Amino acid sequence: MILTLALAVPLLGALALAGYPRWSAAQARRIAMGAAGASLAALIVAWLGFDPRGPQFQYVVELPWVPSLGVAYRLGVDGIALAVATMSALLFSAAAIYPVDTRGEPRSYYAWLLFMQGVSLGVFLTLDLLLFYVFFDLSLVGMFFLIGRWGHGQPQLSALKFFLYTFAGSLLLLLAIIGLYLSLEPRSFDMRQLIEQQPLAGGGLYAGLVFLALMLGLAIKTPLVPLHTWLPQAHVDAPGPVSAILAGVLLKMGVYGMIRLPLAMMAETFARYAPWIGALALLSILYGALVALGQQDLKRRIAYTSINHMGYSVLGIAAAAAWVGEPAARQLALAGASLQMVVHGLITGSLFLISGSLWQRTGDYQLAHYGGLAYQAPLLTGFTVLAAFASLGMPGLAGFVAEIQVFAGTLAVYPWLAVLAIVGILITAALYLDMLRRLFFGHLPASLASFSDLGRAEWLVLGVLSLGIVAIGVYPSFVLELLEAASAALVGGR
Amino acid sequence: MSVGDLIPELILLLAAVAIMLFASFAAQRHQAWAAGLALVALAAAGVASVAQWGQAPQLSFAGVWALDRPAIVAKLLILVSGAVCVGLSPDWLRGDRRHGEYYALCLFMLLGALMMAAAHDTMELVVGVLLTSVASYPLAAFHRGWAPALEAAMKYYLIGALANALLVLGVVLLFGLVGDTGYAATAAALAAGVDPWGLVLAVACMVIGLSFKLAAFPGHAWLPDVAQAAPAPAAALLTVVPKIGAALALARFVALLPDAVAWPAIVALIAAATMTLGNLAALRQRDLRRLLGWSSVSQSGYALMAIVVLDAAPRALPALLAFLVAYSLANLAAFAVVTHWRGRTALDDCRGLAHSRPLASAVLIVALLSLVGIPPLVGFVGKLLLFEVTIDGGYTWLAVLAVINTVISLYYYLRVAATLLFHSPSGEIAVLGRASGWTLAMTAALLVVVSVAVQALLAPLMGIAFVA
Repeated sequence: MILTLALAVPLLGALALAGYPRWSAAQARRIAMGAAGASLAALIVAWLGFDPRGPQFQYVVELPWVPSLGVAYRLGVDGIALAVATMSALLFSAAAIYPVDTRGEPRSYYAWLLFMQGVSLGVFLTLDLLLFYVFFDLSLVGMFFLIGRWGHGQPQLSALKFFLYTFAGSLLLLLAIIGLYLSLEPRSFDMRQLIEQQPLAGGGLYAGLVFLALMLGLAIKTPLVPLHTWLPQAHVDAPGPVSAILAGVLLKMGVYGMIRLPLAMMAETFARYAPWIGALALLSILYGALVALGQQDLKRRIAYTSINHMGYSVLGIAAAAAWVGEPAARQLALAGASLQMVVHGLITGSLFLISGSLWQRTGDYQLAHYGGLAYQAPLLTGFTVLAAFASLGMPGLAGFVAEIQVFAGTLAVYPWLAVLAIVGILITAALYLDMLRRLFFGHLPASLASFSDLGRAEWLVLGVLSLGIVAIGVYPSFVLELLEAASAALVGGR
Repeated sequence: MSVGDLIPELILLLAAVAIMLFASFAAQRHQAWAAGLALVALAAAGVASVAQWGQAPQLSFAGVWALDRPAIVAKLLILVSGAVCVGLSPDWLRGDRRHGEYYALCLFMLLGALMMAAAHDTMELVVGVLLTSVASYPLAAFHRGWAPALEAAMKYYLIGALANALLVLGVVLLFGLVGDTGYAATAAALAAGVDPWGLVLAVACMVIGLSFKLAAFPGHAWLPDVAQAAPAPAAALLTVVPKIGAALALARFVALLPDAVAWPAIVALIAAATMTLGNLAALRQRDLRRLLGWSSVSQSGYALMAIVVLDAAPRALPALLAFLVAYSLANLAAFAVVTHWRGRTALDDCRGLAHSRPLASAVLIVALLSLVGIPPLVGFVGKLLLFEVTIDGGYTWLAVLAVINTVISLYYYLRVAATLLFHSPSGEIAVLGRASGWTLAMTAALLVVVSVAVQALLAPLMGIAFVA
């Protein structure tokens, strides 16, 4: 029930905003904040009531929807889903509060934002494979309109490219889902049955093809190199809060999907291909970091670090899926990979919101045009430094906790991959330090003399996100408790 | 055998004749009443068809007329499509001197499609195909003072003449081989074995002949022209109704054939060619109606996927019918918007319309997204079922091709959405009258209701089968 509430409130809010034409910009924003916040509150209540030692899936709801096809409205969460969903709701609330230029159409902007929140949470909360696909696909529709209408640069081109590219991925996912569905007897889209029965265990060409289609579809979304080429343009041309959603929430759908679908439902097949997935993840880590280092555009740089960070998550998942290695190590890797999802959402969400603030003030992302802002905008500087250090893995902040777990777990399973992946952290440190130097130190260009520091709404939002980053860094066990229970259920199942 | 089995068809026939007589004598200002008469007839025929649902599947009139659930579903869909077209037409044709007889043509066209859907005999099939064809040509050329309409109708007629001749040739060949026109006797004779080369030739002729009505490769070339130049309500009808009848007719016919003919492979190739061709051609269209025409060609290709696996997958027939319902509703809604916008057809004229006409634009965008197959719209359910049965039937390559085509199609559908939404509006636009507005609203509501209550659509379709 509480999950349905978290899902339905934003969708109803979107419907109300779209349908009732009289609300002013401020009212529309308040409604969006209220709906997003209510959904977040529902998830926090669910978190507090979640029993890590209880059954794998909790708060399960099942209502018939299309019984002819075996589709039902099935919701339920394990620790990983709950943590990622709560982080997403937090990020959506932040995006709703964060000031943005709505180009005279505040109602539809906030309606789409709430719609995105509803469908994104749907992806994480559902236990029905077809519903998963429905929400997965709808998130593309919402993003298309948000980027195309409120983006800058070449928004229509970016929106179209984003939709076409990721839609191709989601259709591959659909084929794989049908493949899984056909393998189950009696036919059903119930994830719990698929996880329990492992219908494609035993391998063969069919299982291999289903796995390939699943991984291709999810790898486009994650994205893994070389399927990442849609990402930079979509990120750069989207407005700041939308980029935060794109990086913080939509990319998680790919990683979360890898845990929920192939890892849970096709454990045996995944184990066979795990070294290859791990190698691809390594490629993403190194390539993403190197390309990010070369970017002169602030937003492109942050966008490419997402590829690097999602690489760590996938590396952890590959290690968790492997045949070799102690279960304890594989569990550690999976918990780290899941924590990396939550952490990356908070950190990169903050960084993209900050870049949105810069765009609002200057309309420019070129690092070369900035400098010396530390004195001019101390709050902005403080939050950026914190997020950047968290992102590069400074101990005491959230990024470190997630990465150390991924590395420790992977080292016991695929030592060579782990050792090579650590190089990625070094490059990330270099690129963030370089970014901070160019933004905040050196000479203040004359054009930035009237640059204003963060407004109240901005620093409040960034403050809450930063609090999360520090809290996870100092006392991670409140999240890890959930993630470890779910990881144990997933890895220990074999 | 009883005349009662034909009540829906008889109602349409009588109404068409009555409208013809009425239109000949009524004054110009009363001509629009014929639309009301046509709607009443369609509603009555619909009720009569629903009443047949409960009967056991049977063959009537010495086995030439199938009264089974697939036929009834197709009939209802054809009648609903007809009602949408009739509802859109009065505003469109208000000034036309031949307003009344237009509805008679529509009803004859629908009658032919009903016959195609229920034909259980090759001669019956030929009569149905010819009746729809004869009534469709004047509908396409209804604006006879307009050169594109004449060109479209001429193209339609020439392709139709060739295709129908091939169909008749195939029917005659088949009759020569098996000595009967009824499907039951044909199936028995084919099972006993006939000259394989003669059979292949006959099947090829008949499939090509039906591809014309289905607007599938190689008989597809008329559709974009007709979609562009026929009166917009008639274009809605012509892109939907013949397809429904022909899909059912083709499914019924191929179900008779022995495995030795390898018809699934032939139909699969036609499906692949049709969807790819339709989508690639639609990519470059700058004209909304032409774009919808080509998209309609590609949708025929998807529909054929279900026919390919008719024998191999148990749910192929439900999938075909569900897809046809989804396609018809979405396509009708899209054409209803075009009609309501007075046939505004150049894509460049639609810039920013979402700002001045938000509701109609929303309907068009939803209809297009349903054609792509974006969940939770009913188009998604149709495509999901198609993919499922195609993979289940062992034609995974065809499903993959359909996926690639779906991605391609997203490009041109989204371009329409982007044109409507992401540009600033260029002035106010005129719309048709109240009747077309209401019909548009009803069609859109139907699309949404079916999408939401999709179980109500699927439950009666599951386990549906042709009468033996």
